[in-house]
Amino acid sequence: MSALAPVERPVRLPRGRGLLAPLAPAALLGVVLLVAWQLVVIVGGVQAYLLPAPSAIARVILSDAPVLLSAARPTATAVVLAVLAGTVLGVLASVIIAMFEGLARVVLALVALAGCAPIVALAPIFNAWFGSTSIASKVAVATLSVTIPVVVGTTRGLLTVSETHREYMQSVSASRLQLLLHVRLPGALPALFDGLRVGATLAVIAVIVSEYFGGTSNALGVLIANTAAMSRFDQTWAAVFAASLLGLALYGLVAVVERLAVPWRSATLG
Amino acid sequence: MSTSTASTSTSTAIHLAGISKTFSTSSGDVVALDDIDLDIPQGAFVSLLGPSGCGKSTLLRVIGDLVTPTAGTVQVAGTSAAEARRTRQYGMAFQAPGLMDWRTVRRNVELPLQVQGVGRAERRQRADEMLELVKLTQFADHRPRQLSGGMQQRVAIARALAMQPRVLLMDEPLGALDEMNREHLQRELLRIWRATGTTVVFVTHSIPEAVFLSTEVVVMSPRPGRIASRIPVDLPYPRTDETRLTDEFQAAERHVRERLHAVLEPSTAGL
Ligand SMILES: Nc1ncnc2c1ncn2[C@@H]1O[C@H](COP(=O)(O)OP(=O)(O)OP(=O)(O)O)[C@@H](O)[C@H]1O
Ligand SMILES: [Mg+2]
Repeated sequence: MSALAPVERPVRLPRGRGLLAPLAPAALLGVVLLVAWQLVVIVGGVQAYLLPAPSAIARVILSDAPVLLSAARPTATAVVLAVLAGTVLGVLASVIIAMFEGLARVVLALVALAGCAPIVALAPIFNAWFGSTSIASKVAVATLSVTIPVVVGTTRGLLTVSETHREYMQSVSASRLQLLLHVRLPGALPALFDGLRVGATLAVIAVIVSEYFGGTSNALGVLIANTAAMSRFDQTWAAVFAASLLGLALYGLVAVVERLAVPWRSATLG
Repeated sequence: MSTSTASTSTSTAIHLAGISKTFSTSSGDVVALDDIDLDIPQGAFVSLLGPSGCGKSTLLRVIGDLVTPTAGTVQVAGTSAAEARRTRQYGMAFQAPGLMDWRTVRRNVELPLQVQGVGRAERRQRADEMLELVKLTQFADHRPRQLSGGMQQRVAIARALAMQPRVLLMDEPLGALDEMNREHLQRELLRIWRATGTTVVFVTHSIPEAVFLSTEVVVMSPRPGRIASRIPVDLPYPRTDETRLTDEFQAAERHVRERLHAVLEPSTAGL
């Protein structure tokens, strides 16, 4: 009997290499740009206070590594707290917004509009509210920066339900809660992560910029502001480099969590 | 209210009286169904046959309480269609498989049971039984998108059967299958139907399929959707592949084909 059963094979999906493959050409381009930068500075005789050579910056990174690491800690803490809080708040807000289907589109448009405003510009105000040296003001600004794109993405995802899925759930007399849990929320996950990726980038910017206006004594943003004020630009560049690494690491972390949470998406993008 | 079906069943499973459905669209009203009366006896296997756009899917949705008719009444097992849906009497498979990407094949089949509150272990066992039936056991842990269209449709059938529904509403569920799987599932459908006593309403475009499966074939005519003729199929069950070769089968097929062509000609002549 099984000999008669038609042989069918699942489509084979490439796994794992999807994340790293596009990085190779990017890394190559990065190296080329660094070499060009080095040449411009040396050949052009650019003054170090205007633009230090990558080699000079690398030297500072190595010698100041302990300082940079300890500066990265409060900054990273604020960013991670903000991403977590922003995601939780964003998803909760989205569920509430999506419950009122009639109003949801209007509210969504308003939130998207708010997202066009530079939230980070609120940093001095939040510093005044929560105290400029506390981590709370940084977390607050960054949380707001994360929440908005997460709400926009997630709410759109929650509102977009395929007619066949809706009809199927209706046919088995599923409750609104069951529709939310089994269809709307899982269906919204890809859009949630689209929002979260934008939000994570904004969170790093928000924390660093609000640290410019004062922060826990040794945060990365404070270091950048102080060394720039003292014209120690090689140190400033080293700190900017550390901040970039922080952003990159966060982006990678979000991508890994997305792979785990939305396995069917990677199955189609291959 | 008595009808001329060949069924020996006494009670009426589905009772449609004066059903009309008009869709209002931006380009005017569309009369999808016009004054349809139909009684389907308990345990019948009724196929709806007719040209594209004649309202077969709409009629199925009206029975399943997914579309509210503009006029007329629907009764299912003595209650309203809404009550039947609320008490989960229906198993439905639509024209599109409509599986959920975020669930594995097995968890898709489990979904109606989960909605019903069936426990985890029993859910899994029933889903595995259904997957066995549609010959997809080895794909239980795959994602729907990793399956072909025909395989997805089989998962949708397994999902519809999982609740062991009293009324099975199927909209061209075998349309996307190859001939071999199609005939296999026709036999399985008949077996399940006979074992469970489920009432089946089945939309198809295939005349041989309608004849092979049904106790009665209902031919619909388009614009507006009406019932053109009802043809009892008096072939004895169990029907097997040999049945398809008999003179009686081919005579029934011919008969249905003539009725279908009678429906098609006036509309094409009118164009
Ligand atoms: N939601 C809707 N809104 C507007 N018009 C609709 C809607 N659903 C169906 N119709 C119209 O009603 C008519 C019947 O549609 P229906 O889907 O029931 O046909 P069908 O017999 O199932 O066709 P097919 O064999 O192609 O599936 C068509 O003219 C269609 O355009
Ligand atoms: Mg249809």
